[in-house]
Amino acid sequence: MTLKNLDQRSLQQLKAALFLLALIPCLRLVGGALTDGLGTNPIEKITRTTGYWTLTFLMITLSVTPLRRLTGWLWLVRLRRMLGLFAFFYGSLHFLTYLVLDQFFDWASIIKDIAKRPYITIGFPAFLLMIPLALTSTDKMIKKLGGKYWRRLHRLVYATAIGGVVHYWWLVKKDLTNPVTFALILALLLSIRLYYAAQGINRSKLIQHS
Amino acid sequence: MRQTYRYDARAKSIAVAKSDHNYKKEYPTMRKRSDTRIPSSEITPRDLYNRRHFMQLAAGVSLAGLLPKQVFAGDALEADKASAYTLPDEKTPFKDVTHYNNFYEFSTSKEEPAELAHTLKTRPWTITVEGEVHKPKVFDIEDLLKLAAMEERVYRLRCVEAWSMVIPWIGYPLSELIKQVEPTGNAKFVEFTTLHDPMQMPGQRSSVLEWPYVEGLRMDEAMHPLTLLTFGLYGQVLPNQNGAPIRIVVPWKYGFKSPKSIVKIRFVEQQPVSAWMKAGPDEYGFYSNVNPDIDHARWSQAKERRIGDFFKRQTLPFNGYAEQVAGLYSGMDLKKYF
Repeated sequence: MTLKNLDQRSLQQLKAALFLLALIPCLRLVGGALTDGLGTNPIEKITRTTGYWTLTFLMITLSVTPLRRLTGWLWLVRLRRMLGLFAFFYGSLHFLTYLVLDQFFDWASIIKDIAKRPYITIGFPAFLLMIPLALTSTDKMIKKLGGKYWRRLHRLVYATAIGGVVHYWWLVKKDLTNPVTFALILALLLSIRLYYAAQGINRSKLIQHS
Repeated sequence: MRQTYRYDARAKSIAVAKSDHNYKKEYPTMRKRSDTRIPSSEITPRDLYNRRHFMQLAAGVSLAGLLPKQVFAGDALEADKASAYTLPDEKTPFKDVTHYNNFYEFSTSKEEPAELAHTLKTRPWTITVEGEVHKPKVFDIEDLLKLAAMEERVYRLRCVEAWSMVIPWIGYPLSELIKQVEPTGNAKFVEFTTLHDPMQMPGQRSSVLEWPYVEGLRMDEAMHPLTLLTFGLYGQVLPNQNGAPIRIVVPWKYGFKSPKSIVKIRFVEQQPVSAWMKAGPDEYGFYSNVNPDIDHARWSQAKERRIGDFFKRQTLPFNGYAEQVAGLYSGMDLKKYF
């Protein structure tokens, strides 16, 4: 067995390890909450941590396809659903933190936020767009939609990722280090796709000409 | 009151012991800091909390004269607690006041200044008072500590980020210092400058703000009895991360209007341009009075979360000090002069 051709067993083990690893940020928050270890402003800490990991898992998910092309490790795609669902998991926690802990169901204030605060105006739909993706992530739904439509639908993840990064960019007071880092990673991941897409077009042209 | 202080002093000792313990675990070969037991300076002054002793002192002896020659962060700082400005609000715990600080000179994280600010050297320290004054002077920090009677003032602190605290500061009105230098008729504004030394303040190596940090007040704001020249909090000399050895506290304005670790006070005719005005002219105005009706460009200021509370509370105009300061702005369009 090589890295290029990972056997089923190793893949399962890798998946299990990744699953546990991806839970660590959440477990750390739970641990912190139980031991009074979330610092002076726990709600802010939970909001920031869940937001950070939402973006991080979005970036990891979006790096699967480029990595697969660069390395030829085809099995990478079999980790993608889990990674994407973790992005949704942390995104949901992030949204629920805002809804319950930060605003405590103050709907008037939430509606005002969505209408008036640019970072929430963009962050909220970015989160909503993840819902249809999570709902259609099962094998059954892929089959039902058909590969072509499913892939088309799941391109919404680009909108979520861009919206998420802009959301972060617009909310920080001054220090843009983290949002800029996310923006650069996302730009790289998207430009690799554009490059491959352009190559694909050229290749199909060549085929047509020959 | 005494109980509170005792409790806090003890909590602090435990915190020190704990952090040293961790330090030892992480760096077993480095002895320098792990050897630090609680310094005597932290133990002896606790006598000063003794009520009887305090009463004896109050009976005519100048408190300032009895202060140790040099006091450092954590040393006791005596103050008259019968201030007319003390609030009934529950005080934010010492640990939170000293471990959640917006002090970009050290870091843009609010947790890190407490870890990083030990590089700040608070002695020797002088403050240059200059500009439109008849008697410009360079004050030594030791002289400023004795310039007027120290008072404890329990003030609300409202951060522009929509959280708040209640802090027992120690100091005296800035007006006491201003009177000493006799401003001229041209002095319309006061400009404060924070220390600029990237060796001591590592956050200044990043250009997140234009250094040095500059803030300013209008003359009547600076002379207002609420505006405090501040040297301590919670019965102690200011911890470095809270702006040691000397800072300004203006309780009816957002926190960033209260500059820390100041080295220069300049009286000027033109309105100063503050560091935050330069960083975001549409977001941070010169006045920056706490105002629930005027939102920050990107977030609401209607409510705030008091540190330690779960539910947000309504933010009050002028942070609850409207009765004392609203008159300073009568006739002004607060939306324009935000």
